[in-house]
Amino acid sequence: MLDALLTTVAALLSLCVLSFLYRENPFYRFAEHLAVGVSAGYWVIILYNQSLTAKVLEPLKAGNPLPLVPCLLGLLLFARLFGKIGWVSRIPMAYMLGVGSGVEIPLILQTYVLQQVHATMRPVGFTASTYANLLIALAVICGIAYFFFSTRHRGAFGAVTRVGIWILMIGFGATFGFTVMGRISLLLGRVNFLVGWAGMAFGGPPPGL
Amino acid sequence: MAWHERLLAIDRRVLYALIFLAVLIPSLLPIGLPIKVTPEVQRVYDRIDSLRPGEILMLPLEYDPSTAAELEPMALAILRHAFSKNLRVLGLCLSSTGVTLVESEIAAVAREYGKEYGKDYVYLGYQPYPAVVILTMGENFRTPFPLDYYGTPLDSLPMMRGVRNYNDVALVFTVNATSGIDFWIIYGQGRYKFPFGLGSAAVMATNYYQYVQSGQLFGIISGLRGAAEYEILVGKGNVARKGMDVQSVAHALIIAFIVLGNVAYIVERRRARRAAAAG
Repeated sequence: MLDALLTTVAALLSLCVLSFLYRENPFYRFAEHLAVGVSAGYWVIILYNQSLTAKVLEPLKAGNPLPLVPCLLGLLLFARLFGKIGWVSRIPMAYMLGVGSGVEIPLILQTYVLQQVHATMRPVGFTASTYANLLIALAVICGIAYFFFSTRHRGAFGAVTRVGIWILMIGFGATFGFTVMGRISLLLGRVNFLVGWAGMAFGGPPPGL
Repeated sequence: MAWHERLLAIDRRVLYALIFLAVLIPSLLPIGLPIKVTPEVQRVYDRIDSLRPGEILMLPLEYDPSTAAELEPMALAILRHAFSKNLRVLGLCLSSTGVTLVESEIAAVAREYGKEYGKDYVYLGYQPYPAVVILTMGENFRTPFPLDYYGTPLDSLPMMRGVRNYNDVALVFTVNATSGIDFWIIYGQGRYKFPFGLGSAAVMATNYYQYVQSGQLFGIISGLRGAAEYEILVGKGNVARKGMDVQSVAHALIIAFIVLGNVAYIVERRRARRAAAAG
């Protein structure tokens, strides 16, 4: 019974959201505001339970004073609100920047740049195993050339940049195609849910989300 | 009003209604169109299939109800493959709004295969700040997750005895619709070099294919299409497969919209040019 009731609430809210396709209306706005409110409340509870309670209050109760250090650093950030001692907020800021840069710069350079560049430098040729590498290398060069604005896109260089535009367009087209597929999948999920909800009236089981 | 003018002035709500019908009708009356398995999905299947019984498959399932329609069939197919091969599954969810959804999915598939919690699978649940969680799990799973989702200390679960960090799992495969994919690539695979595979929402897939080329991912399953391919390989489940009929019909309709819209636009532009030339 409870399942059926909750499913009906979810179905009605789904219909409220879908009603936007007809035009903006109070039912849609109600569902939208409800989603924002519930999300905010949910996040507050999650952060209270998983961060403040689990990472600070419980260790403190167990006699571990270390969580006070990040708490103190966090509180120092608010010093910016008080003119004379505003400089104090630079201490936690410097800590965050230092740790963040130290952890992120080498890893991002390694994963996003070096390994990707390395993957472009493969044996090229016209055999079955190497033609894809050749295609990738040419596409990368032409794509990058399009973003080189220190010289006019004319002559041979202009031809390379035009190929670069085509490469970019193929990429955008693939992304658009995947996006359409994703959105249709989500609509299908809602349609299946609503069909299942309607089926409950004929004795069917409540559908999943 | 000429035909092309009527076409250009058509109410968008008519198009919405047609798309709705294109989704509804094939979902009620499946056609059963053929689906071909792509090499990227085959690689994921082969990699998981090559694991020995008892090895641990780490499965971060990071999505929520808003993307479940696309990623749930994928997660279920992977779970069925893992449990049918008697792999042990270490699940978690670093998306706060998907924690209970993922828990119910893992538990349902585990029941299907008669698996026992704590011995055959463990669910760690959720912790905030995914980048930090992924980094610290490289030292010890117990640092971000001293307790599992149900509040049990990890050391008291038979499966977790001797399982300390990524070195003790055979591979990591995430089904993910969040920015957490980048965190896994940078702070997980990039830092600890474990074998890593990805199942992503279709809308994000093109951002990650290059990581297969570079070897940072051993394979990628993208969207409902990828899930349908995996269902075929596993030989169980047909949610995604049925969905592909809908995709095909809806895509054909959208292509027809694009072609008709462009034809009408071109005809109208020619008509306007001729009218301007005639003064």
